[in-house]
Amino acid sequence: MAEQVFWEDVTEGMELPSLVKEPTTRQLVQYAGASGDFYEIHYDKDFAIGNKLDGPILHGALKSAFLGQLVTDWIGQQGILKRLQCQYRGMDAPGNAITARGSVTRKYEEDGQRMVDCSIWLENAEGQNTTPGYATVILPSRGG
Amino acid sequence: MSTPASFLTEEMRQQALGLESAPVTMEVEKGHILRFAEAIGDTNPQYCDEAAARKTGSGGIVAPPTFLRSVRGVNLELPFELSFSRRLDGGSDWEYFQPVRAGDRITAVARIAELSERNGRLGLMVFMTTVTTYTNQFDETVATQTNTLIAY
Repeated sequence: MAEQVFWEDVTEGMELPSLVKEPTTRQLVQYAGASGDFYEIHYDKDFAIGNKLDGPILHGALKSAFLGQLVTDWIGQQGILKRLQCQYRGMDAPGNAITARGSVTRKYEEDGQRMVDCSIWLENAEGQNTTPGYATVILPSRGG
Repeated sequence: MSTPASFLTEEMRQQALGLESAPVTMEVEKGHILRFAEAIGDTNPQYCDEAAARKTGSGGIVAPPTFLRSVRGVNLELPFELSFSRRLDGGSDWEYFQPVRAGDRITAVARIAELSERNGRLGLMVFMTTVTTYTNQFDETVATQTNTLIAY
C-alpha cells in the first residue's frame, strides 16, 4: 500500500499512479462466477462472433472495477469514494493489457468535506481511451 | 437479418418510464467479497484481511466499489418485447453513501429512468437507462447505480 495521500498534497492536474491490468479469458470466467454475470460474450468465442464481435470482450463492470481500484489505491484507507462513473466506449479483449489512468481535475471544499474530482480512463495498448469516466472522493486533511 | 428503422414508440416509452423491479435481497458474505476481489485482481486488505481492515475507518471488511453488481436477479419486466437478442453494457455511474460491510443485507430495486434509440455501428440500438438503489438492513441507502443497457 502506498502512503496515505492528504487533501493538502493534491494539486489540480496531478496524475494518479497508473494501474496496469492484464485480463485473460480465465479472469473473465472468474469474474463471471464472482459477479454472477454469465453472459457468453465474455468467454465463449463462437458466441461472441455470432454477436457481431471479433471475440470475447471484457465485462463493462470489470472495467469499472479496474477504475475503482485505480481510485481506491490512490485515496488509501482514509479516503472515501463518493462517485465512480465510466462509459464503455471501446471494447477491450482478453490478452491485451490495459492501463487505468487518472488526473485531478478539481480540488474544493463542500459541506465541510475536502473533496477532489478526478478524470479517469482506461487506455489500451494502442493508447486509445476505451473507457472514459470520472470520480469524486473525500480525502483526509493533515489538520485532522 | 434486416434492421428496422425504428423500434420505440412514444407509447412504449411512456409505459416503461418509471417502472420498478421487484426488490431483491442479498446477504453480503465475507467469502463472496474475497472471491470478487480476487476476480477483479484487487488485493486491498480492506477486502480480505480482517485484522488490517479493523484498523481502518470502516472497522472491518468492506466490499469493493463495484461489488453490488453481484446482486443478481433484479429484473425489470417491460410491458413489451424488447425484440433485440443482443446486449451490451453502455456504462455505469455509482454514487456511494455508506460502506457495504460483510454481514450486511442489501436490498436492490431498479427503476427505468430513460429509454431511447439510435442508429449506430451495430445497426438500430435501444438504450435503456436504469437506476438501481441499494439499501441496507438499517434502511440506509448505501449506493445507487445508474446503468445504460444497449440492446441491438
